[in-house]
Amino acid sequence: MSELLKSYRFREEREAEWHKLDQIVNKAEKRGVNALSDDDMIALPRLYRQAVSSLTLARSISLDQNVISYLETLCTKSYLFVYGTRTNLMSKMADFFTYGWPNAVRAAWKPTLLSAACLFGSGLLAFILCMIDMEWFWTFNSSIIGERTPDATTAFLESTLYSEETDAEGMLSAFSAQLFSNNSGVALFAFALGFMFGVPTAILVAYNGLLLGAFYALFWSRGLGYELTGWLLIHGVTELFAIVLAGAAGFMIGGGVAFPGQKSRMESAQAAGRSAATIAIGAVVMLFFAALLEGFGRQLINNDEVRYAIAIGTFVLWMGYFYLPRARGDQP
Amino acid sequence: MSETRTAPTKADRQARRQRLAINARATALDRKLVTPEGAELTLKLSSAGKRAGAFIIDWIIIILIFIVIIFAITKISEGLGRRGDGIADALAMLVIFAVRNFYFIFFEIGRRAATPGKRLSGVRVASRNGGQLTANAILARNFVREVEVFMPLFYLLSTAFSAGVETWISIFGLLWSGLFLFMPLLNKDKLRLGDLIAGTWVIETPKKKLLGDIAKTSGKMADAETKFNFTAEQLDVYGIHELHILENLLRKSTKEVKASVAERIRKKIDWERLPDESDIDFLRHYYAGLRKNLEQKLLLGQRKADKFDT
Repeated sequence: MSELLKSYRFREEREAEWHKLDQIVNKAEKRGVNALSDDDMIALPRLYRQAVSSLTLARSISLDQNVISYLETLCTKSYLFVYGTRTNLMSKMADFFTYGWPNAVRAAWKPTLLSAACLFGSGLLAFILCMIDMEWFWTFNSSIIGERTPDATTAFLESTLYSEETDAEGMLSAFSAQLFSNNSGVALFAFALGFMFGVPTAILVAYNGLLLGAFYALFWSRGLGYELTGWLLIHGVTELFAIVLAGAAGFMIGGGVAFPGQKSRMESAQAAGRSAATIAIGAVVMLFFAALLEGFGRQLINNDEVRYAIAIGTFVLWMGYFYLPRARGDQP
Repeated sequence: MSETRTAPTKADRQARRQRLAINARATALDRKLVTPEGAELTLKLSSAGKRAGAFIIDWIIIILIFIVIIFAITKISEGLGRRGDGIADALAMLVIFAVRNFYFIFFEIGRRAATPGKRLSGVRVASRNGGQLTANAILARNFVREVEVFMPLFYLLSTAFSAGVETWISIFGLLWSGLFLFMPLLNKDKLRLGDLIAGTWVIETPKKKLLGDIAKTSGKMADAETKFNFTAEQLDVYGIHELHILENLLRKSTKEVKASVAERIRKKIDWERLPDESDIDFLRHYYAGLRKNLEQKLLLGQRKADKFDT
């Protein structure tokens, strides 16, 4: 044993560079890419490739377990970093609002139409049924809406559409209560349940449509249709749009699972799931705006015409934001 | 030196089969990943237990955050003389809403792709196809958590607070939604529903230190080298598997274990114990000799997997 092992010489020659790579990656993991100096940034790809080639070589010439498993660890860690997420949260958010979200929504116009058909179709159905016979109201709304039932007087119903309390406290609690109401839950569930071929999503969206239709019929039958529309749509444009989009996200996943085309079912679900997730988080953002409008806008504005103006304004804004063509856009 | 190798007995073969089975179990969670550079890396999937542990830690942290927020807001509201209690309530609810929805997303989008709970458990999120882990994937896998965790929870609560037919409906709902909760146990990649849809999986964060080379330590003791002159037959007794076991033994076992192993090797290779020979010296030199021998064979294309390999 007068000469050293070949595998030991191999290790000795490269060890310093392995340590250097390890150090750079650790620094980047702890303090972010910005903590790396220019030299580090230039050295990183070279060191990474060297480590990978060391690993391949070590596997064929060295029997030192520790060296091989260390190199595997080092390469995996560097690989995850080199090919990992690179942008920071702020630029990601900016990208999301400028391109990611509207592009995803625009690309998903078919499921959006389907989801809208579910919501408004079932709403119309419930409306017609209730107009024929108000007893249907009880079928759709077993306990949810509370005092606003066919048993209530018209005057009481009208009074619920306008509010006298306009202090900040009341508005803020209305806002936060709205946040916690079932809406954001419905949106996320509509998305998350999509994988069962979209069936639970359809049921969820249609159920919300039924509630809405029955509610609308009740007020319509008392001659309060015009007033209710203003009360509802001031935030409802945003809120219903959000629910439609969340449903569309669910249908996208369902469609991906049901009709995979050339891909495997799992790949297809993943591909759909990623852009659907963009739409779903967007829906949550919209619901946040809806809660703002409901908590503050509706409490402060008791004039029907202004409510209508806001409703139309938000509608135009959302449609323009989503569907107007854009100069540049990365596909989501 | 007599010929020490004998034909493998039935017991030997059985021992080998057993070893292969143990290896297969140990590598059941290993997944191969080929980098764009063409190297094959091994990722180790996280066990379901570790993930459950991480989830529990994360929820403990979230609840602690809730408590701190509520406490702070109460104190501030008291300091302001209890005016605007409603505002304080609303504010607290707003913050809780944000923390509950964005805790996981915030940390998993970060550099380490892991929540504090995951980091403590030593696991992280990675993209399943080896590509970039996108923000969309993180969003998708966390939204689906609503269905996986909160739906069973919802049914559990409604089972507790309902009666008659409703209880039965809730129990069925619980069983049905419970399937999603336990999905990581039901597939070989340990994917939960969110991972499936997002195209991610959870792997163990690689952690391994580069230790000293055992062969080097022995190489330094030049004067001792002449003493340990193993013959080719003596070095041919064992294979790579035994070499690796010897490496592990030299790195971490106790003195007594080393002594007994050294004794067994001496017997097996017919080695006369030298007058001032210590067990550790013997093992190290035998390790270096064996590795050199096996590595030379490797260069010639012969891979002697273990002592039964001829």
